[in-house]
Amino acid sequence: MKIDFEHRQSAHCETGVTSNLLNFQGINLSEPMVLGIGSGLFFSYIPYIKLNGNPGSSYRIYPGLIYRRATRRLGIKTRLVSFRSADAAMKALDENLRKGIPTGVLTSVYYLPYLPSQYRFHFNAHNIVVFGKEGDEYLVSDPVMEVPTRIHADDLAKARFAKGVLAPKGKMYYPISVPSEYALKSALIKGIKHTAKDMITIPVPMFGVKGMRKLARDVRNWPVKVGEKKARLHLGNLVRMQEEIGTGGGGFRFIYAAFLKEASQILNMPELNEIGDEFTAVGDRWRDFALASAKIFKQRSNATAGYGEAADIILECADKEEQLFRRIRKLDFPKP
Amino acid sequence: MKKNEVPQDDANVLEGKFKPLKYATNEDGSYTHVHTVGWEPENLALEQAWDAIHENLELIAQEIARGDASPIKYFMEKCLMEPPMLAQYMGISRWRVKRHLKARGFARLSEEKLRQYASIFNIKLEELTHFDPNSHD
Repeated sequence: MKIDFEHRQSAHCETGVTSNLLNFQGINLSEPMVLGIGSGLFFSYIPYIKLNGNPGSSYRIYPGLIYRRATRRLGIKTRLVSFRSADAAMKALDENLRKGIPTGVLTSVYYLPYLPSQYRFHFNAHNIVVFGKEGDEYLVSDPVMEVPTRIHADDLAKARFAKGVLAPKGKMYYPISVPSEYALKSALIKGIKHTAKDMITIPVPMFGVKGMRKLARDVRNWPVKVGEKKARLHLGNLVRMQEEIGTGGGGFRFIYAAFLKEASQILNMPELNEIGDEFTAVGDRWRDFALASAKIFKQRSNATAGYGEAADIILECADKEEQLFRRIRKLDFPKP
Repeated sequence: MKKNEVPQDDANVLEGKFKPLKYATNEDGSYTHVHTVGWEPENLALEQAWDAIHENLELIAQEIARGDASPIKYFMEKCLMEPPMLAQYMGISRWRVKRHLKARGFARLSEEKLRQYASIFNIKLEELTHFDPNSHD
């Protein structure tokens, strides 16, 4: 059993899955468009939550929200179900495949043997599309990979019922009805405004540009506060969140720049194209932060000064992003 | 990031399984996709994360040899888990898991619980009851 599903590689899993699932329904939107409409760009730094001993940080919004926001704004009805038992979850998936529905599935990276072993930590929010089954194996479109792959039913069941933070609970999702016409422009505008608002107005110092500034303060103090070794691991975790498979580089800032450029064409707003260029520059600065961190990783000791440099770059990114999002909020968007 | 400046620092962390996509710019600032095999800062960050895990495993093996820690602590670390996650898999409370990480708590475990731990760690029961760190490098 195999559904004729077009696999297109993307940088990030959730945006890729969403883009591919919509494409199957005849809605052709690029990965950057999905990120923008779904208001996927974000920043949060939550030191009270520790993941593998490192403070929680993310360059994107909460997993699952991109798909939900993007489909809602495009007027697409979708079904999202989770399960109590792996048996029921696998049966429901089989039933979907029998009906010819390619299905988005939430998994833990740890239990996906087709991924490189060094990347397989307990990360519970990896999205894939299952589009067929042959014998004991499922056909999988994992958007971070170049071509579709396969996974044994036992492994997929484990991956869907991994435990821990953000446990997937067998969650699966798929569009059920697509409008014949969708209001792309208003969806774009909503997406852009939402991101701009969240990045600068949430009154908690963990989110948006405030989160970046808090992070910068903490980074500066890490070597003294938690010791050189732990500080290095914390910094390494940040670099991985920012650059490792799934962000397109520069912690999603490049994909977002690509989105603003596409949006500028559709909305006929040249200013968004300029702001897109500025986001490219911000992404490059985030990469400079990764390079500054790499210097610390190499020295392995007495790199206290390096933390100051890394923190300064984060502050610079925060200032620049705040300025850009304020500019976006003042833009005169066309009335849809 | 310009498309001709996308780093290609191969440290074989991807094991040749696939090449991730990066977004990079053309001369006019528009975006295109470029495949990459890796970048030094990412590679170093990943490498030091694994180094820390391997260091921990050695320390835990020493604790076990001293009679302080239990093999469960070793395999928990090896499976990249922490007590809350392991407790969820076991269906018991965190503090009970924490007790089983110590040699004294481990000695009181029933065979049933030991089997359950072994199956979560995907190892044989003997690997828990007759712990040999050298066979797990």
